[in-house]
Order: sequence, then C-alpha cells, then structure tokens
Amino acid sequence: MFDELLLTVLLTSVPLILAATGELVVERSGVLNLGVEGMMLMGAVAAFGAASLSGNPYIGIVGGGLAGMAVAGVFALFVLGLATNQVATGLALTIFGTGLSGLIGAPLVGQAIDGLPSMTLPLLSDIPLIGVFFQLDIMAYLSILIVALTSIFLMRSRAGLILRSVGINHDSAHALGYNVLQVRFFAILFGGFMAGLGGAYLPLVLTPHWAEGMTAGRGWIALALVVFASWQPWRVSIGAVLFGGVTIMQLAGQARGWTIPAQFLSMMPYLATIVVLVTISGRGRNVFGAPMHLGKRFFMTR
Amino acid sequence: MVSPKTSKSSASPPLLAGFGLTKSFGDFTANRNIDFTIYPGELHALLGENGAGKSTFVKMIYGLLQPDSGYFEWQGKPIHFSNPQEARAAGIGMVFQHFSLFEAMSVVENIALALPPEFPKEGLPKLIEQKSAEYGIPLRPHSLVADLSVGEQQRVEIMRCLLQDPSLLIMDEPTSVLTPQETMQLFDVLVKLAKQGCAVLFISHKLEEIKQLTSRATILRGGDKIAEVDTHTKSTNQLAELMVGTKIAAIKPPIAPKNAPAIMQITGLSRPADGPFDTALRDINLTAHAGEVLGIAGIAGNGQSELMDALTGEWRGTQIGVFKKGAEDISQLNPAERRLNGLAFVPEERNGHAAVPSMRLSENALLTSFERAGAVQMGVVNQNYAAQFADRVSAMFDVRRPEANPLASALSGGNLQKFVVGREIAKKPELLIVSQPTWGVDVGAAQFIRKAMIDLAAGGASVIVISQDLEEIFAVSHKIAVLHEGSLSKAYPAAEMNPQTIGLLMGGSTIDNASKTARTISKKTNNRVAG
Repeated sequence: MFDELLLTVLLTSVPLILAATGELVVERSGVLNLGVEGMMLMGAVAAFGAASLSGNPYIGIVGGGLAGMAVAGVFALFVLGLATNQVATGLALTIFGTGLSGLIGAPLVGQAIDGLPSMTLPLLSDIPLIGVFFQLDIMAYLSILIVALTSIFLMRSRAGLILRSVGINHDSAHALGYNVLQVRFFAILFGGFMAGLGGAYLPLVLTPHWAEGMTAGRGWIALALVVFASWQPWRVSIGAVLFGGVTIMQLAGQARGWTIPAQFLSMMPYLATIVVLVTISGRGRNVFGAPMHLGKRFFMTR
Repeated sequence: MVSPKTSKSSASPPLLAGFGLTKSFGDFTANRNIDFTIYPGELHALLGENGAGKSTFVKMIYGLLQPDSGYFEWQGKPIHFSNPQEARAAGIGMVFQHFSLFEAMSVVENIALALPPEFPKEGLPKLIEQKSAEYGIPLRPHSLVADLSVGEQQRVEIMRCLLQDPSLLIMDEPTSVLTPQETMQLFDVLVKLAKQGCAVLFISHKLEEIKQLTSRATILRGGDKIAEVDTHTKSTNQLAELMVGTKIAAIKPPIAPKNAPAIMQITGLSRPADGPFDTALRDINLTAHAGEVLGIAGIAGNGQSELMDALTGEWRGTQIGVFKKGAEDISQLNPAERRLNGLAFVPEERNGHAAVPSMRLSENALLTSFERAGAVQMGVVNQNYAAQFADRVSAMFDVRRPEANPLASALSGGNLQKFVVGREIAKKPELLIVSQPTWGVDVGAAQFIRKAMIDLAAGGASVIVISQDLEEIFAVSHKIAVLHEGSLSKAYPAAEMNPQTIGLLMGGSTIDNASKTARTISKKTNNRVAG
C-alpha cells in the first residue's frame, strides 16, 4: 500500500523534474521563460499524436521534446532577436501553447495509446520500499540522469561556467567576448526540449489519453520549483518529489473524504515556494540565489 | 615608489600602430581618422573628456568594436581582431572602467572566464596566489568577488590579464574608484610591468596622475586626435587646455564664514542594511551651517546612497534624529514635507530619480515645486507658470535645449544636470543636499554647477555635497567629512585636509594616527586578504 503511494508520488514528480530542470538552465542564463505551461502542453499533444500515429511511445518522447523546443524557438526569436519583454512574451507563449495544443489535439480526444512500459529491474525492485525506485519507466530513469548531468554541466564544465556568467552579468560576459545571445538561444532551446519532455510524460505514462489543458498547472509549479530549489539542480529533484507528494495527497485526500479542502492542498507548492524565498532572503547575502541579470534585456553596447 | 618611465627609444618598432581609424554610430562619429603608436615597455596615456572617444578607441584595439575605416599594425604586421578572444591571444589585456566581473562567483571562476579554453584549469588557484603575491597585489582565489573591496576587485581584473603575459595592457580609468593610497599601489604594479617590457595604455582625465605615471599622451577631443605630447614637458594646465579646447577659469576657493548658525543637525543616525549589497549606516552625526558647503567624500558603496535617502526622507526610520534649526524635528517628514521646510535635494541619478526622462522640462520643473505660489490653482496645474519656471531655470543655468520645452531625455547629461541643480537652487532653499553633482558631466558644465553651489552658500544657505570626486570636494567645500563603511568622520576644515589625509579616512583610519599611515593601510589590506 505504502509502496504504491510512493510509486505514484515518484511518477507525478517526473514531469516536474524535467520541466523545472530545463527552466533552471534557462534562468541560469538570465532568461525568464514563463511559457513552461504552454511548452508542456505542446509537448504533451505532440507526444500523444506521434505515439498514436506511429504506435510507438518512444517516438512520442522525441516528438514531445521537439515540439517543446520548436515553440521555445519562437520565444527565443522574440526575446533575443527583438529584445521583447520576457515576462509578457512568456505569458503569451503559455496562452499560445494552450490554444494551439487544444486545436491540434481536438481530433485526438477520446483516442487511447499504449503508454511507456515500466522497466522493472530484477532483484533490486524486490527490496522492500526502496524497490519502488527500480520499477520506473525509461523517462523517469532518464530524468535522474539529466539532473546529474545538468548539475555537472553547470558547476564543473567551462561551458556551464560561461552560461552562469551570462546570467549573472551579461554586460561583463559580452565584454569578455562571449556571445550572450547565442548562449541564451541554446539555453532556451534546451529548456523548451525539457518542458516538451515533461509534457510528453503525461499522456505517455500518467494518463494514456489526450485531454485539453491536461498539464493542469504543472508548468507553473515547475516555475515555482526553480525558485524553491534556489537555482540548484539537485534541489529541483527533491522539491519535485515534495510537490508531487502534495499533489497525490490532494487526490488521496479527496478519495478518502478528508476535511481539508483540496484547494488548500493545491496551493501548498506555491506557499512552500514563498516560505523558501523568505528564508533565503533572510539569510543575508544570497549569492547562490537568483541570477542577477534574470529577466533583463540585453542590448549590445558601444 | 613610482618613478616615471623614461621616454621610449624611437629605434625600436612600435608594438601597436593605428592608421586613420574611424568609427561612427549612426550620424555620430565617435572616432575620426585617428593615428596612434605605442612602443614596448611604454607608459602611454590616452587623455580626453567624457565623450571624447577614448572608450570607443580602446574597444577597437580590444576587438569589441570594428573600425569603419583604417587599420592596426601589431608588431609591424597588419592585424584585425574580430573579438576580444583574438586580441587576448595576441597579447592584449584590458581592465575595464566598470569591471567586467561576476559578483556571485569566486575569484578563480572570474579569472578562468577570461582565460583561453586551453589554459590548464588544475593549479589555477595556486598560480593566482603566487602571481598576485609576486606583483604585490595579494588575492585569495576562493573568496567571492562580492565580498572584495573595489580595489581588490580591480586586482582580479589585473590578474586576469597578467596570467596571459600580455605585451599590452589597457587600463580604462582605473583610478576613479581607488583611494590615493590604492592608486599608488596600482602605479607601482604598472611601472613594474613596464620595466618587464609590457606596454601600458592608461586612460584617464586626471592630469596629475598622467604626468606622474606616463611619458607620452595621445589627446582626443570630440572624436579627433588633437595632439600627441611628451607629458613631462607640459604642465597640467596645458594638458587641460588641449583636452577641453578652451581656457579653464579656476573657480574661487570659498571663504569660510565664522560662527554661522546651524541650519540642520543630525545626531545618531543609524540604518540597517536593506539588502545583501547595501551598506548599513552607523551612528552618523553631522551639522550643516549657514553659508557653508560641507563636502562628504568617500568611495562609492560606502553608504552614500543610503545616507542620501535618509537625508531626503525617502527612507525614514526610528533610529534617526534629524533636527532643523535645533528645535523642529523633521525626521519623520517625507521628501515633499521636507521641501516645504526649506530643504532641496538633487539625487545622484538624473535619469529616473532627479528627473523623469519621458516628461517635458516644464513638468520636471514642477515635480519638486508644486508648493510654490501660482504653480497649482485649485488643484489644476498652471501650465504657463510651469513653462515660465522651466525657461527661467534654463536661462539662469545656461541649459542648452534643442527646443523650447523638450523631453528631459532630449538633453545631454551635462545640460540635464544643470537643469535639475538649477531647479532646486532657483527655489532659494535654506539647505541644498546634492549627491554626485557633476558625475559624467563635461568640464564646462561641472565648473558651472560647482560655482552655483558656492554662490548659493555665499548667499547664506547651507549646502551638503556628497561626491566621490576629491577634486570637486576640495573645489567647493569649507568643511570635509569622509564616509567609510557607513560611518561618517568628523567634519574637518578643508584647509587642514589634503588628498593624503582624506585617503586615510577613506581607508577607515582616523586623522589622529596619521603618523602610522602606510603601515596601517598595508596591514589592513593584508589582513583583509589573509583573514
């Protein structure tokens, strides 16, 4: 019983981990992309469509990622090429993604696909409680790997150092001769791909059908998660499990007729983010916090 | 100590030569047909006012900008740098005026970002420790840049260049952020480098420093090369005239009034730091006397903006005791209420703080003058009055306008600054508080503004000037106090002060143990680096 609950929590946290890790890299480069929800929806509908047409859920994974990346490319064109306001453009991207995914997905409603199979590892999965961690599907395993690789990339590699430097001070990075727009472009595409993967996980694993707006605010939770994790990749995965747990509690609570209103539980992730923000900023010099040039537009200077 | 480098031997070929360099931005020509040479081991000055084209020129050398026409030769061969990496690879290092540092990163990370990818990462911290100690500018590799003093941050910039064994080091206004003592330390490093054969291109508008450090100067004005001179044979006045193009009238040093009554007195003002990069104010006491200019010196980031906010009333706390004329407590009044009590303020940032760039001059004139009779009638703004007021200020303060009532953003920096200072002085305040009155303003406008403040004081008002510019502090002040890490020193009569004593106060020591000068400072620096 408890195993089952833990498994559900883990599965719920996977799309959050994927989307939030992507957004984390984007924000570390100094760009705030509020379009995560829209990119996830595009990923979800593309993954479902691709899996349904090909009959192969693995093709769905790739399709989801690419769709997220494609809309992120549009976002990049606006905020980098035309230096538009990032907040407004991000919100527009969410609205755009919501509408377009509904349009594309209209003929898909009511269809069913074969979801991703879980890859149960022998022996390891028999361990009580911990065994749950070895009964997951390929995307869940990948998400852990991606968090590890992202952490190494950001903190150990030269390219990661350059990406972080662009987010801290784009003028300085430009003065040192780094191509600010190029770094941000690739970061945004990566973020879009990851959001697309996160969206793809919903129809491929969680509920094997397409429904309009099926991300149900997970994109916003992913955004809150990046802040909650204070821009550290490992904390994203911990936070995702916590937030995933809250979501499950909400469902379980409804099923059992708890007296706590469901609305209260669904607000918990945001409340937790506020608490974390307050704690961080109270600690004085917050050097591992927000990239200092987050959301600022970059203009080449004379 | 610093000894100026002897003139170059003209036998050796130039390290870098530029021919007919021109660069335009739209209609504006920043550099026009400039020729330039610098020799190995030479300390060469690039001299000019704000906007003369110095920065554009060095950015072309460093590959950040590409010339529209003209070309460079490096060690006798034509060369083109399309980005800074190529310039660095050739052996050119540059220290920027506004540092290109990343505050939330460590010293090692900051330095690694400026090194080529093939530079070995292992042992970099060790190398930084070694090399920085060798040049007498010790650095701790793992400290966070945000925790370093401005002087130490500049060391990081210099170390970035030194690790690549440059043959040409460009320093863009390096001393504007340093205490006089730190400046001497920097000059020692530069002389040492020059002796090893590294050429140094030193950009500045501080003439004393240029005479002290360099042997030759290229002078720019309005984008043109005006002259190339031997700095030893020219006086600072001659250099200044070449730089500005006109004779500079010295402003008369003010005469201090005796036993003038106090206009405002502040006792025990403390203010906690708002955020991670702010400074806390600690127990500040000051008295503003009628007919007197009080200069508050100090290096940026020592609490100037926090103090200004407390004086204007933009920040009001409980730990503050502001008294006007000994009796009335104005500590809890907001800026508008303080203005009604005869105070006037000019904050540091003219765009967006002292003036609204997207509003017309008449509207900007009104923003601090609603209380004047006739400005507002029955709640409706009197547009005629506003326009006339703006005209009067513009006429009095020689504000050059492109049209009768332009947007504030259409004015050049110097003219807008003259306008915002003039707007306050025109109200004949009892107490005028000005922060960085001539920052980024050309020499002519700066002289005008300084004279206006002195005249206001001569008429019986009190003036408080917060400035980082020591020259300015000495030009206008009767008394001088120094702000250091949120504490304000006693106000000393200007006649008793000189750049050395002020430098000590800026470094946090007191005048009384001035005898222990150099030792205290070098010890303090070492402690900060080691401890």
